[in-house]
Amino acid sequence: MFDSLSGRMTGVFDRLRTRGALSEADVAEAMREVRLAMLDSDVALPVVKDFINRVRERAIGAEVLESISPGQAVAKIVNDALVEALGGAGAVPLNLNAAAPIPILMVGLQGSGKTTTAGKLGLRLGGRERRRVLLASLDTQRPAAQLQLAQLAQRAGVASLPIVAGQTPVQIAQRAMETGRREGYDIVILDTAGRLSIDEALMEEVRQIRAVTNPAETLLVVDAMTGQDAVNTARAFNEAVGVTGIVMTRMDGDARGGAALSMRHITGAPIKLTGSGEKLDALEDFHPERVAGRILGLGDLAGLVEKASDTLDAEESEKLALKMLRGKFDLDDYAAQIKQINKMGSISGILDMLPGMGQMKSQLAGKDLDTSVLKRHTAIISSMTKSERRTPDIIKASRKKRIAAGSGATVQEVNRLLKQFDDMSTMMKRINKLGAKGLMRQGLGALMPKGMMPQGGPGGGRGPGQRPH
Amino acid sequence: MALGFFSRLKEGLSRSTQKLGGNIAAVFTRRRLDDAALEELEELLIAADLGPAVAGRVIDEFRRTRFGNEVTDEEVRVALSAEVARVLEPVAIPFVPDPALKPHVVLVVGVNGTGKTTTIGKMALQYGRAGVRTILVAGDTFRAAAVEQLQIWGERVGAPVIAGAPNADAAGLAYQAFERARAEGADLLLIDTAGRLHNKGALMEELAKIIRVLRKFDETAPHSVLLVLDATTGQNAIEQVRVFKEMVNISGLIVTKLDGSARGGIVVALAEAFGLPVHAVGVGEKAEDLRPFRAADFARGLVGDSVRLTASQPSADPET
Repeated sequence: MFDSLSGRMTGVFDRLRTRGALSEADVAEAMREVRLAMLDSDVALPVVKDFINRVRERAIGAEVLESISPGQAVAKIVNDALVEALGGAGAVPLNLNAAAPIPILMVGLQGSGKTTTAGKLGLRLGGRERRRVLLASLDTQRPAAQLQLAQLAQRAGVASLPIVAGQTPVQIAQRAMETGRREGYDIVILDTAGRLSIDEALMEEVRQIRAVTNPAETLLVVDAMTGQDAVNTARAFNEAVGVTGIVMTRMDGDARGGAALSMRHITGAPIKLTGSGEKLDALEDFHPERVAGRILGLGDLAGLVEKASDTLDAEESEKLALKMLRGKFDLDDYAAQIKQINKMGSISGILDMLPGMGQMKSQLAGKDLDTSVLKRHTAIISSMTKSERRTPDIIKASRKKRIAAGSGATVQEVNRLLKQFDDMSTMMKRINKLGAKGLMRQGLGALMPKGMMPQGGPGGGRGPGQRPH
Repeated sequence: MALGFFSRLKEGLSRSTQKLGGNIAAVFTRRRLDDAALEELEELLIAADLGPAVAGRVIDEFRRTRFGNEVTDEEVRVALSAEVARVLEPVAIPFVPDPALKPHVVLVVGVNGTGKTTTIGKMALQYGRAGVRTILVAGDTFRAAAVEQLQIWGERVGAPVIAGAPNADAAGLAYQAFERARAEGADLLLIDTAGRLHNKGALMEELAKIIRVLRKFDETAPHSVLLVLDATTGQNAIEQVRVFKEMVNISGLIVTKLDGSARGGIVVALAEAFGLPVHAVGVGEKAEDLRPFRAADFARGLVGDSVRLTASQPSADPET
């Protein structure tokens, strides 16, 4: 569903870009699409309306209509406004300017990821920043919640407040702060029970906790998959306890994360951190400009380029690219390429960042896209002779058998690899035909031959993509 | 349990109701149903997480039949409620363990934090009370203290909990539990699993493996695969359901946290997109707060209180 939208968005901006002059109707049409894109990404309706109004005002201003390519200007306005709405460029750090022990209060709905985030925060502050951290769970509601935080603290290598049965959350909070003072902790992270924003009794409780601890940061933890309700949650928590920062969790899912926009808009508090995995180190600073692209389905080219330049060997890449362009790309080059891709992390992560890849991504959804497939491919290729790698066409039945046996794979897997390589070569040829300009215009999605997609259904059920680690 | 069901569900849904209901009243008290009005109504539906497609269809229906008429909020509520109920009616199918299976094996799956363990606890209590011999399996061997969480539920409801070592293989554990449940003649085996995002292929494959291993013991197992879905989830729920359905062939949905301010309109979009049975809804933290899902009640709850007062609206719930 998102892909068609993403395609639509790209289409709208493309149409605008190619126009010389821009009428108000053109802008209105573009705004309609932006509005839909945002709603489909779960940006809350009031936030969408406000956003659209602001963009429209700017878009029909003189500077746009007089600019040389008005379409480009509108696209830029949308993007800039989105980044701005998400908090402007650059990450906002946690505020730790308070006397030790510095209390950090975690609040949010049930199941939003507060306890896991508290553990991650413990690891970050205790490990990377070398602070003395005490984790305390005030969750007396959910069974074993306190134990969960204690176990996470142990994993993170920080202390946790001993569990005393029968204490109320407010009492635990007081005990945590006392312990923090007495034992010289720098930071006390207070994890609270999940609560519904409409539960008056529990909201009053968190108000009291706030009153007795006076936290330097009150972090609202929000699931990136949250729908329109994000507005209500944000408003209720902000009114009750005064949110100072937001943590978006499950950013590693495929939700577009429109809730991020709603949160920022309603609370005025910056998004400070994002959670993107179950491991304790999967806590990252928030980059508005990247989420902006994700919300509109426009990809995160900046992030990709950055990631690529961080990890890729430029010389090697250039050599490969040259070979591709000359149509002299062989299996050795493919193995080299795999090595490079491996350095960049998961393929789906990379696809996320590419514009126009929505279609492909959806066809890959649910399939194992992690790099274990590539490891298999590397193994298979390393079981080939030099001449086989240079001219894969000579690989027939008996060679396949030998290669399969040598790499611990099946003949089917060898077949699949060869097929994929063949498809890739076809793709290279298309790139050559389209040229760089055509590529930019049509997006990478246009290049993908059908064969590149993993086959769904029972036949492909045991494909290399289905293998567990 | 039948008595007062409606009012309890209602209570749970009342916030969402007031919000959506109030908005409709504001828009439609004696007003001509023109383009502007239709657009506003469409937005209200979208804001309830119904999804653009469903919202659009309802609006098209209104445009076709009522465009230009003077309508009241009451008429809008009734029509909307009927439309929502029509979509939901076919999927309102309660979960009934088959007593002949001994045990009826249920795999409970979902993304992180939707309420799988809590739902299992609630189910164990309800079926335990009804005399169904239930065994719980702490298949979330990954998350810290997930096993203990289920064990506490087991103690509360008096159901045995089968657990393994931390990070043990969930599939092996499920197999052992199945063997034991069969040997002990249990009626219902509820298998908890670790939360997993649907876009993580390796984790989804792990789920498929649990099913493969269960089938080694009995080819018909698991007899049900229930996806627990958080009502606050937005449009991503569609992708969630699609992938889980494809990977582990889910047989039904349970929608949790409907007592919050979330309106759960996504259920309507899901019903339309997949037609999967919605077995139950969670409307509170108490064990009794897991309720069978009933289309008419849900639709009326979603649309607004005053619909109940309309004489022309027959009660679709025979038990109330």
